[in-house]
Amino acid sequence: MANLPANPSITPELIAKHGLSPEEYEKVLSILGREPSFEELGVFSVMWSEHCSYKNSRPELRKFPTTGPSVLVKAGEENAGVIDIGDGWAVAFKIESHNHPSAVEPFQGAATGVGGIIRDIFTMGARPVFLMDSLRFGSIKGDSEQAKTNRRLFAGVVAGIAHYGNCIGLPTVAGEVYFDDSYNGNPLVNAFCLGILRHEQIARGAAEGIGNPVFYVGAETGRDGLAGAAFASRELTEESKADRPAVQVGDPFREKLLLEACLELLATDCVAGIQDMGAAGLTCSTCETASRGGTGVEIDIQLVPQRAKGQTPYEVLLSESQERMLVIVKKGQEATVKEIFEKWDLPYAEIGKVTDDGMMRVRNGNDVVVNVPARSLADDGPLYSREAAPFTPPAPLDLATVPQTDPLKALPQLLSHPSIASKRWVWRQYDHMVRTGTAVLPGSDAAVFNVREANKILAAATDCNAIYCKLDPSVGSRIAVAECARNLACSGAVPIGVTDNLNFGNPHKPENFYQLRAAVEGISEGCRAFNVPVTGGNVSLYNESPAGAIDPTPTISMVGRIDEVAHITTQAFKQAGDQIFLIGEIGSELGASHYLLAIHGRKEGAPPALVFDKEIAIHHALLGLIRKGFVRSAHDCSEGGLAVTIAESCFGTNFGATVDLGDTQQRPDVVLFNETQGRIVISVSPSDKAAVEAELSKSGVPFRAIGAVTAQADLSITTGASVFAWPVATLNETFEGAIPSLMEG
Amino acid sequence: MKVAVIQFPGSNCDTDCQAALASFPGVTAEIVWHKETSLAGYDAIVLPGGFSYGDYLRCGSIARFSPIMGAVRNAASTGVLVLGICNGFQILCEAGLLPGTLMRNRDLLFRCETLHLRVENNESPFTSVLHQGQVLEIPIAHGEGSYFADAETLKALNENNQVLVRYCDASGNVSAAANPNGSLENIAGICSHGRNVFGLMPHPERVCEPILGGTDGRGIFKSMIEWMATHKSNN
Repeated sequence: MANLPANPSITPELIAKHGLSPEEYEKVLSILGREPSFEELGVFSVMWSEHCSYKNSRPELRKFPTTGPSVLVKAGEENAGVIDIGDGWAVAFKIESHNHPSAVEPFQGAATGVGGIIRDIFTMGARPVFLMDSLRFGSIKGDSEQAKTNRRLFAGVVAGIAHYGNCIGLPTVAGEVYFDDSYNGNPLVNAFCLGILRHEQIARGAAEGIGNPVFYVGAETGRDGLAGAAFASRELTEESKADRPAVQVGDPFREKLLLEACLELLATDCVAGIQDMGAAGLTCSTCETASRGGTGVEIDIQLVPQRAKGQTPYEVLLSESQERMLVIVKKGQEATVKEIFEKWDLPYAEIGKVTDDGMMRVRNGNDVVVNVPARSLADDGPLYSREAAPFTPPAPLDLATVPQTDPLKALPQLLSHPSIASKRWVWRQYDHMVRTGTAVLPGSDAAVFNVREANKILAAATDCNAIYCKLDPSVGSRIAVAECARNLACSGAVPIGVTDNLNFGNPHKPENFYQLRAAVEGISEGCRAFNVPVTGGNVSLYNESPAGAIDPTPTISMVGRIDEVAHITTQAFKQAGDQIFLIGEIGSELGASHYLLAIHGRKEGAPPALVFDKEIAIHHALLGLIRKGFVRSAHDCSEGGLAVTIAESCFGTNFGATVDLGDTQQRPDVVLFNETQGRIVISVSPSDKAAVEAELSKSGVPFRAIGAVTAQADLSITTGASVFAWPVATLNETFEGAIPSLMEG
Repeated sequence: MKVAVIQFPGSNCDTDCQAALASFPGVTAEIVWHKETSLAGYDAIVLPGGFSYGDYLRCGSIARFSPIMGAVRNAASTGVLVLGICNGFQILCEAGLLPGTLMRNRDLLFRCETLHLRVENNESPFTSVLHQGQVLEIPIAHGEGSYFADAETLKALNENNQVLVRYCDASGNVSAAANPNGSLENIAGICSHGRNVFGLMPHPERVCEPILGGTDGRGIFKSMIEWMATHKSNN
């Protein structure tokens, strides 16, 4: 979009360059009753992009369950959903992607992704309290150019997240990182933020009150991030590097000031509406606030604080410069804004007012450059029902084609696979303790955070196994929800809400659209089963590189609540002699497993079955035991199967474990590494063993006592007549060393 | 007694410090905006961690010009206790209230984790309730915590017993392997010649309640509070 003359004439080529189809342009003409100005073309282009309008996904997103007694602000109503957590307190949380920017400029792309999601949360009037991240990269192993690029992207993204989160002073308490070649050239960076607020503090992004002044607060507008929303709604190509100007540059220091100033301002009674300038910047914030308020907004570009001289109205309208907010102030209270923003040394300017004509009107001094019905931009964009390809279920794995390997070697190999290996190298770069609430550090099943001011303990987890989703998007998505809930249960929490980040390829391709539809339906089913609302989220389509679409990655983030400090549970074994139980089955499903991928190089078979009733019964049984004080440790069984789970429970302790899984008449590799769902490994005091058995029998879930925690730091697993044993220290070295050795060489 | 926690633009451990201090009976902790110019009436001053002025130019180099710093300097010269944590330590060095400087971590990466510290000198207002040689578990979270000073300064610091804590292993051995950032002689925190100004990179306020996994940070605050209680009459 660079190098355009200041006011080019509207040609079919220019329209196509703006990503509008001929039909969409016809719709623009019929809305305006005339040819659009250059600025208006730009405004329609970004507002009707997938990123802002969800035109390809909205009909699907309506399938999500979004209501419930605890929902204070519903998905889609505002920048983030808000959920009641009792005693007049609420949480606002959301996840959002910054995939394309991170692909071309990993550090700033990831940093501004974090900055954007934080703004979404404090826009709601909430004080942000913690962050999580869900990341995907191509393989980082080996000397290929691709692997080197992937390592650069991985290092850059982690450094960018650290840069922004650490500086603004929000702990990054949990997350996930997977490596798979489907993400070559198109990494995924999904950032989550949660904030806390009193019910009466909920702020709205509506332009209320005709005649109220419209303020611009925060950083000056520059030329960075021009039309980033439109950029995010295209496939990445070899030429995408030329889109670097579409990537924004973040300044976490400015955002920290903006955060404090906005919360101080919202604590007064002078704000009628507030909206952050994220995707599509000034354009999106003006037309969305007007549309929500059922009003119009008129602004003058010349009053906008600007970083550079000579910027055109088009550039100012479409800039995605960071750390900016639009505030609708109650008339007569302008002095309060002045006082607070001067205290924090932040630019501010009154740039316009709320009108009664429903128009988004932008002046450049005396010239009107945009005059468009606000609703037509924000809510009346095109909607498409794309074609979904018929789905062929994957052929079940034929075990006879999988050569047996020695579990003695396979376990360390799995533990050193970067997707399973310790992510300490990542989270050690994040300040995960600031705000002094992190009760369970990164690396356990779920993060646990004590919100001191509200006296509430929250838990949060984020999950998605994209191999499952690739092979069967419906089953994979249901598992993503179930695994999040299982992780929360293992920490002692009950789920209260979900936010999702739907990362898919180009929706015009029917197989991709099928994946999107199946994922939404699968997530919906999961959320209904666990009785949790979807409170909002983000859709990122067009995640393709020249090699093809990414594996479908519907990332789920789930937030839960823990009633009492004593219920906080972690995955590490606590004491020698403690008895180990497996809640759930030994299992047998090896299809779509990480064992198959990491050891045999095969991404195939049917993902494990998921039965919600069984899964929920298991979570309830576990929570029952936790509340009775029986559970010393709990760890969910996921990628890598039971052997990886038990090994991980030994890590970070001085203990080992001796486990006997009985004789299931199955191959040892199947027993140790299958990924059958609905399994949790717990340890309990020997004196509670009988009581735990009685409780579990009563609850009717499958379980078995499988062994004991040992003072000798060896892990020994028996299946049938085979016994496999490893020194925990060796396994731990493999687990901890894998990523550092790849990254530091 | 009343403690001032200075809030610079970009401070982000200000409320954490406030909460940690307020958990001690009889202590009030107030956030004081950096544009204030007086600290009259405060028994101690805390410069909290964070990224004052975004760490632009150099950590702490802009904050030292904040209006409040004149009052901090005056208070320090009259013997009032001044504690600088992480970015606060960097500011104290930039302001010349402590010698030396903090440089980029050896491996150039930000590092956040709980480490061991050995108490090198318990004859100070900040370590008096601790034992000589005691090993504390306190987290760090910094990208620029590698302490550096010229040979002469280092010699003087050692001779005057101004090094209050060093990074060590779980058994208290001060070793290269236990050094997280390349600090000279594993230095984690130093005090002024007069003992009343203390800067350290680790965050004691993060380990002041059991739910956070430890309470080893309390010893430092408790030492300050006890010292203030016995010296208050002199102020």
